[in-house]
Amino acid sequence: MTTIVTPKAAPAKEVVKDDSMVKQKEMMAAHYDRLTSASETGAKVVSTFVPGNLNELIMCFDLLNNLPEVNAIQSGLRRQSGAYVLEAEKIGHSEDVCTYVKSDVGMMAKGNIGPNGKKLPNPDALLLSYTGCFTFMKWFELLREQYKCETIMLHTPYMGDGKITPNMVEYMVKQIKEEVIPKLERISGVKFDIDRLREYLKKSAKAEDDLVHVLKTAKNKPSPIDAYFGGIYYIGPIFGAFRGTEDAIDYYRFLRAECEARLAEGKGPVTPDGDMGKERYRLVVEGPPNYTNFRQFWKMFYDEGAVVVASSYTKVGGVYDLGFRHDPDKPLETLAEYCLGVYTNRSLPMRIEMLANYIDEYQADGLLINSIKSCNSFSAGQLLIMREVEKRTGKPAAFVESDLVDPRYFSAANIKNRLESYFQMIEQRRAGGRAAA
Amino acid sequence: MAASLNGHSNGSGHGNGSASSAGAGTADIVARAQALFDDLSFTAARAWKDAGPDRKVVGYMPIYVPREVIHAAGFLPLGILGGGDQLEVIHGDAYYQSYICRIPRSTIELGVSGRLDFVDGMLFPSICDVIRNLSGMWKTMFPNVYVRYFDVPQNYRDDIGGNYYVNELSELMHDLGTLRGRPITDEELRASIAVYNENRRLVRALYDFRAERPWQVPAAEAYLILRAGLVLPVEEHTALIREYLAAAGAEERPKRDNCRVVVTGLFCEQPPLNLIKSLELAGCYVVDDDLLLVTRWLTEDVPLEGNPLQNLALAFLHHSESTAAKYEPNLKEKGQHLVRAVKRSGAEGVIFASPSFCDPALLDRPMLQHVLKDAGIPYIAFKYAENSGQMQPIREQAGTFADSIKLWSGT
Repeated sequence: MTTIVTPKAAPAKEVVKDDSMVKQKEMMAAHYDRLTSASETGAKVVSTFVPGNLNELIMCFDLLNNLPEVNAIQSGLRRQSGAYVLEAEKIGHSEDVCTYVKSDVGMMAKGNIGPNGKKLPNPDALLLSYTGCFTFMKWFELLREQYKCETIMLHTPYMGDGKITPNMVEYMVKQIKEEVIPKLERISGVKFDIDRLREYLKKSAKAEDDLVHVLKTAKNKPSPIDAYFGGIYYIGPIFGAFRGTEDAIDYYRFLRAECEARLAEGKGPVTPDGDMGKERYRLVVEGPPNYTNFRQFWKMFYDEGAVVVASSYTKVGGVYDLGFRHDPDKPLETLAEYCLGVYTNRSLPMRIEMLANYIDEYQADGLLINSIKSCNSFSAGQLLIMREVEKRTGKPAAFVESDLVDPRYFSAANIKNRLESYFQMIEQRRAGGRAAA
Repeated sequence: MAASLNGHSNGSGHGNGSASSAGAGTADIVARAQALFDDLSFTAARAWKDAGPDRKVVGYMPIYVPREVIHAAGFLPLGILGGGDQLEVIHGDAYYQSYICRIPRSTIELGVSGRLDFVDGMLFPSICDVIRNLSGMWKTMFPNVYVRYFDVPQNYRDDIGGNYYVNELSELMHDLGTLRGRPITDEELRASIAVYNENRRLVRALYDFRAERPWQVPAAEAYLILRAGLVLPVEEHTALIREYLAAAGAEERPKRDNCRVVVTGLFCEQPPLNLIKSLELAGCYVVDDDLLLVTRWLTEDVPLEGNPLQNLALAFLHHSESTAAKYEPNLKEKGQHLVRAVKRSGAEGVIFASPSFCDPALLDRPMLQHVLKDAGIPYIAFKYAENSGQMQPIREQAGTFADSIKLWSGT
């Protein structure tokens, strides 16, 4: 069943959403209300990042999880980030650097108003989960300068050699045990209970099972989901403040049933314009999306019958489809392994292999890279990734460029031209294949 | 300073005599360093390798790797700092988007064009996402080369970050031992630590001397002398600095009415040599900088007694430079290294010179500027690329800065 939702910003056009999207929107709204009412409820707030998000641990201390990346995304979707980025540049930040950071800094400078129109609280602590992105460190140093609150570093070593070593895990567990937990205990006034952590981890694993099931439905033809544009909705709760909660279990159970129903009916994904038409192209996408023109960007795909069957961006908060599950039997080690395994903490050869495997497993027509101007963690090396994946799979690849939340770097005409050329290239390959057969 | 110079005038006599001849003037010594700088085929390093059948060369990128471990294997550590402004980048641009800095693309160019075909291993230190990802690119593009992403701790407790780092060092030592065909011993490593301790003392002496009499040590000369250490065997480099210091101390050069500045942000992609020269021509004596930090990353001698890996790790944790790629756990300490550098060197201002698209330098910059503002230290900022050709705007900006310091610093 689908519900018609009328957004405030675009009264002329009805946007179609899955029930799961509506449910998630309610979850997110409730979470933002919890955050913005923290000063009234007395709840304490810890800010952290999506990759390396230790939500289960944070909940052990009754702390609320605030994710500046998600706030920046919300600002992007609401077309507010452009002004925030400009504000940050006005106060001395370079035009060259990450726009997530600048959107966040600009939002702070303009009153720190959250998506619900209310002021976000100052964090009581910054949990600097330094995972898969160097910019995170500078970002929280910048926030620390503003908020003057305790900053807790959790350094995640990079998987440069394509493996997690015992030294890495031991280093991280020791940081969690001897630095992160004691500091969170002090800030929250709540004593750490490892059994409480185990309970949350059990719940995480349940939701993770259902998320993986959902993502893998895209192996079907037609795919009942879009694993990039739709996938961004699907990962919201589990990458954010809901992993380890009953809410997340309910959401993913609900989402799974919804996807199975679509699959049984032979339907494709739901798009903002309703059910997608005939599936013509199946793509694997590497890189984050653009958020300032998210629907416009998505429309360029579904108008052409292009569905994304697998994406790397939906793995930045955990690569569950390759087997990782939070394990209550080794609670601290599992948190370490989770951080170590997120997509952007994986070496370039690992990323190449993962994308090439997706193309085979999901029977995709090729790889599309959306290269993000302000995200070097993703973007540096993507042109080599493109060549290598093409070489290994024999499938064509294409490259478009945009930015996360800076509208100045979204050129609709350029992207559309490149996508149309790419779809033509896929058609030509198919025709060539048929002729050869 | 004189004390430092005297302290090293009776050094242990490393150097094999192939450095500049005794009694050479600064011009001859600098000419040799300039020739090494200009040589994008790394002829000196190739010659070193060809001189023995078991010799191997291990390249490394900014900002820091423990060169002692490479040296202990009997290998030549070779600093790879991109291609500068003389390398035409043909292939490298095809690997990078326009919004990524220049050093990785010119480094790729060096690799693809065969200029690094004699290099047996490459270390990519933990500095930023671009260099980090370049490690994986190198693995993919040059599968026969030993490649390691060299991670360092951002936790500075001996029993946490220290243990982690000892194990990382141990893995590197094991890998290089395997590359050599026999393990590296602790004794070999201690000997190498001693050699690098001496080299770092000389580098510090060079910096002290320049801070004291910057007209005697032009910034471009100091840079070239330091840069030679990235391609020469360390013993030769130590001898080279010693000779340069002796020659620079013996020559009298005209003292200009320049202001004194610290330049920061130069720790990875190198500025063109002309940029360094331009700052002095514009009226700014460079009395400290963060160029080539690997040469003085460890700020004190590493002890020779005890476990050498432990000693290297503790030196990293407690006696190493501060820079943007390194986490500063204490808010009050953030940026204070720059204030201290200004005071130590008697500088009157700071120039932020950052490579375009350099996340660490550019994200750090506002915080450092706030610290300087609070300390009442004037600053200016500009960006460059390793192949920047137009120096006039930089010269004008630096000149105006120098004038403003001269005219208004007392008010």
